[in-house]
Amino acid sequence: MLDEIIASLFPDGHDVRCDKGVIHGSATLRSGGRMLVLGIADRTALGVDEAIRLSGHLLDSIGRDSGAILVLVDSDSQRMSKRDELLGLNEFLAHLAKALIHADINGHPTIGLLYGHSAAGALLATGLATRVLIGLPGADPAVMDLPSMAKVTKLSMEALQEKAKSTPVFAPGLSNLAQMGAVHMTWSNAASLADQLEALLADMPTAQDRRDAFGKERGGRLKAAEIAERVRDLALQVR
Amino acid sequence: MTAPLKDVTPAERARSTSFYEASARTRLELLLDAGSLIEFIGPEQREVSPHLKIFDLPEQFDDGIVVGHGRLDGSPVFVAAQEGRFMGGAFGEVHGAKLTGLLRAAREIGSIPVLILFDTGGVRLQEANAGELAIAEIMRAVMEARTAGVKVIGLIGGRSGCYGGGGLIAGCCSALAVSEPGRIAVSGPEVIETNRGVEEFDSRDRALVWRTMGGKHRRLLGAADVFADDDVQDFREAALELLGLVGPFGLDRLKAEQERLAGRLRSFGACGDAVDIWTAEGIADAQAVPEMPADQFIALANRIGRTSRDAR
Repeated sequence: MLDEIIASLFPDGHDVRCDKGVIHGSATLRSGGRMLVLGIADRTALGVDEAIRLSGHLLDSIGRDSGAILVLVDSDSQRMSKRDELLGLNEFLAHLAKALIHADINGHPTIGLLYGHSAAGALLATGLATRVLIGLPGADPAVMDLPSMAKVTKLSMEALQEKAKSTPVFAPGLSNLAQMGAVHMTWSNAASLADQLEALLADMPTAQDRRDAFGKERGGRLKAAEIAERVRDLALQVR
Repeated sequence: MTAPLKDVTPAERARSTSFYEASARTRLELLLDAGSLIEFIGPEQREVSPHLKIFDLPEQFDDGIVVGHGRLDGSPVFVAAQEGRFMGGAFGEVHGAKLTGLLRAAREIGSIPVLILFDTGGVRLQEANAGELAIAEIMRAVMEARTAGVKVIGLIGGRSGCYGGGGLIAGCCSALAVSEPGRIAVSGPEVIETNRGVEEFDSRDRALVWRTMGGKHRRLLGAADVFADDDVQDFREAALELLGLVGPFGLDRLKAEQERLAGRLRSFGACGDAVDIWTAEGIADAQAVPEMPADQFIALANRIGRTSRDAR
């Protein structure tokens, strides 16, 4: 699936490779420009070893190249292991997110493309650390899966599924995350991905984080934007 | 007999108050200059989570976080303190938005630092999507504030530790102070055990939890720059110390962090346990670290000298 997606995105050529779940390379855009491509594939868990490779590729590139950065995401959750936590996984995931955010606000607009699964810390360090997160039909992100949530909340699966129908706030899935404001748009599989990428690059939103405003417009998060704005106003007054 | 309250100075009260045991409000009251806290959207405004009632769960009028402005040794600071006793200090929509708004203001002003008193299990599951996104927004806001010159200091020593997305936000801060009970991790002990089995991680083995995720290990790794004793006065002094040490953020920091973390993998990537890492760091009696009193431990950590300064 990854090969097809990359072929559809970059008909003008690329050297993107996937090695043990880590995607890295660059591609030619229709405009003639180049784009750095990173990502995590094959539902690979994002652990310290994967994160340090991704941040390394990114930091090697941003001093040298210009242009936008694409982050492809089909991951598991963060790697849940004693070794990863012992070595400070939170620092490795934060470091990757920081490098993406730094690139984005310094002339390398970042685009996340969620084409498979992702969850929890892996999603925070990749797709949710980009300026624009795009979903492909069939992507199935989950902050937490319903069986685990049933265990924690001590509610039956049936009860959770019933509640999920009336609110996007806790249930897994691309449309729920989109309604919260996390996913900017969902692309079509029927049209060329290259066309859709070019259209996005030609009309890239500003670097300002407007996800809380989207969440309000789409009815998924009615309070976040207003609360943040009120606190901001109060804090600006007190100085 | 206890002395009458009026004879106890704020510093003495802060010295005798456990950071771990104290509430978020008590921590802030004793951390800041006496009487200086101005809270934004306090509990009297009853801005509660709109989602907990779906699960018939009780709300809290401040949604488990206090944000505001105060003074530290006379200088202005923005503060945010999570209440680990409400929903495990977890990030929900309102809880997270308060911190996001505070960081956005700090970014615009540019010169007033932010102290975050973490006490969190991570995302609040009942509003998982809103909580996850709130954490993403906070990480972005921390980095934008730091890019604008703001110092963002994390203080970690609460009951709920600093788990899940809280650990990622902590990783975005300019510097951290941590006490022994201040655990920092992404996956909690129960989560690892549930997903990988008790052979991988026995969540009931408290000694294993402390030495894998606890403050001493994080200090020895260089993930935290200051180790605080478990009292509010020590955290106050740690915050002041860190505010004096932190420099501006930029690409050079990220490159230095890449080197720091890659070096950690090269040096300790094959270690099976924290004791093996401490031994590899040159600690002769690594087994004794968990029992070591704070003053001896601080001297040891300073001698090992691992720090994230200029590299985070």
